[in-house]
Amino acid sequence: MTGALLRRGAEMVFVAFGVSVLTFLMIHLIPGDAAQIMLGAADASPEKIAALRVRLGLDQPLIVQYALWIGRALTGDLGNSIWTGRPVLEEIAGRVGVTVELTLLGLGAAIVIAIPTGCLMATLRSSTADYVVRIVSIAGVTVPAFWLGTMLIYGTTALLPGVQVVGYVAFATDPVGNLQRMILPVIALALPAVAALSRVIRAAMLDALTQDYVRTARAKGVSEARVIFSHALRNALIPFVTAVGIMLGYQFGGSVVIEQVFALPGLGRLVIGAITERNYPLIQATILLATVVFVVVNFLVDVLYLVIDPRARG
Amino acid sequence: MRPRNPILWIGLGLVAAQALAALIGPALSGYEPNAQDIIARLQGPTAAHWLGTDNFGRDVLSRALAGYRTLFAISALSVMGALALGGTLGVLAAWRGGWFDEVAMRLMDVLFAFPLILLAIGIIAIIGPGATGTAIAIAVVYTPIFARILRGPTLLLKDAEYVIAARAIGAADGRIMRDHLLPNLAPVILVQTSLSLSTAILVEASLSFLGLGTQPPTASLGRMLAESRNFLVLSPWPAIFAGAAILFAALGFNLLGDGLQDRLDPRLRSRQ
Repeated sequence: MTGALLRRGAEMVFVAFGVSVLTFLMIHLIPGDAAQIMLGAADASPEKIAALRVRLGLDQPLIVQYALWIGRALTGDLGNSIWTGRPVLEEIAGRVGVTVELTLLGLGAAIVIAIPTGCLMATLRSSTADYVVRIVSIAGVTVPAFWLGTMLIYGTTALLPGVQVVGYVAFATDPVGNLQRMILPVIALALPAVAALSRVIRAAMLDALTQDYVRTARAKGVSEARVIFSHALRNALIPFVTAVGIMLGYQFGGSVVIEQVFALPGLGRLVIGAITERNYPLIQATILLATVVFVVVNFLVDVLYLVIDPRARG
Repeated sequence: MRPRNPILWIGLGLVAAQALAALIGPALSGYEPNAQDIIARLQGPTAAHWLGTDNFGRDVLSRALAGYRTLFAISALSVMGALALGGTLGVLAAWRGGWFDEVAMRLMDVLFAFPLILLAIGIIAIIGPGATGTAIAIAVVYTPIFARILRGPTLLLKDAEYVIAARAIGAADGRIMRDHLLPNLAPVILVQTSLSLSTAILVEASLSFLGLGTQPPTASLGRMLAESRNFLVLSPWPAIFAGAAILFAALGFNLLGDGLQDRLDPRLRSRQ
């Protein structure tokens, strides 16, 4: 187990390093002079451009630039916003809560619904039921979440004209109002994930139900509910853990888009605004932080996998 | 007689119908996708405008059909690009092994670590919003997926007896790849291309919904949905139809990929 853990740890560090290099190189891949583009054509006096170039360290050799950049990043300095001059980390910190709340609520709701749905789907064993389940779950996966969100807004405003469904209030200010406004975005975000995750549960359940221990349990007269929930499901949850780890990344991507639908002031709106402003330090920092978090989370999922499945330790 | 693989046929039907609609639809719809008719704005479905009109009085059906063209063109081009780049890399990595394999696949690991939408947004930040930026972004995002999916089967094929025999009689690498590897990789390629097209369609639509994709006045389903949100209460039709079109486009390719997988991979056929 230690060997597998160390190998995965080394892989994680390498991938995080690679991610930082690619994110760093981003600013150098911009066609033209990054400093000039960031300042825009309007007020780009040569002195200003030169000053920004020095401030961004663009006048140094690439390796030196990377070393300085990653050194500052590791001490919590990811640069300043080109437009507000504030540290980008501050701007991100002000927005990250919304995205994290949305992502986790969306994933949590999806898990809670997907497990029983997947188990139920696994009990339908006719070939017609199999096709219907597959078509419905594939349709669920391919529903564009931003369309679903839009339709939910339309439906709610048509049915309940007085209810405020768009916009955001901080949880600390008004917990009820916060959660109330999260309901529709979470539904829009969770539905495709429910479809995907319940398919995983179903496949894993069908696999588990053919195992010897299930036959043994049935042979000694264990009730079908117990066979499904305490024998088969426990083993079906092993592939499910990996799927949930992958789904977290998708849910994050989904919330970036869903924030736009429901006017939620999260990371998605921050980074999309930054693209129009050509605020590269902010884009770089957001991508770097989010990706490193996912690399670490995926590592933790792998660790969890090693803990719950002794076969993977080999 | 019931078809043996209804999923495959439903998927194929959906894809064929929509591809046909994208190809010849704009010529038959009777309206220019950008033609405005202010008097007939925000109408529901009528005999003259089957899917209604938007806030500029533009025919929603014509715009949706033109949007299909954009959606399919960008998604198909970028997935083909990812297949060419990632597929070649994956096959070569498995075939050559050693340091090339290690370097190529570790690079793919790094690319794969970025959340998909965020990587696409980062690439668009470099290239700039628009059709080209979106196509390149989606191609890069899908490259590691094709590299990983083709490396595994190539590793197995490399040690197959007929490949070893071909090498023993002195066949060149290129010939072995063309005559022995490619035909055996074709099922994997077909299935993955179809499934990737399905998700690439959703990514393209998301990016253009966010305003990062195809720029006006080119019709795009994602942006059509974004714009129609401003007059949702007055007329929900453009939003409903634009989203449904994106859904059916993605659904068609996903069902096709799923059906192909059943058909082409006998090991998966007895899944139930």
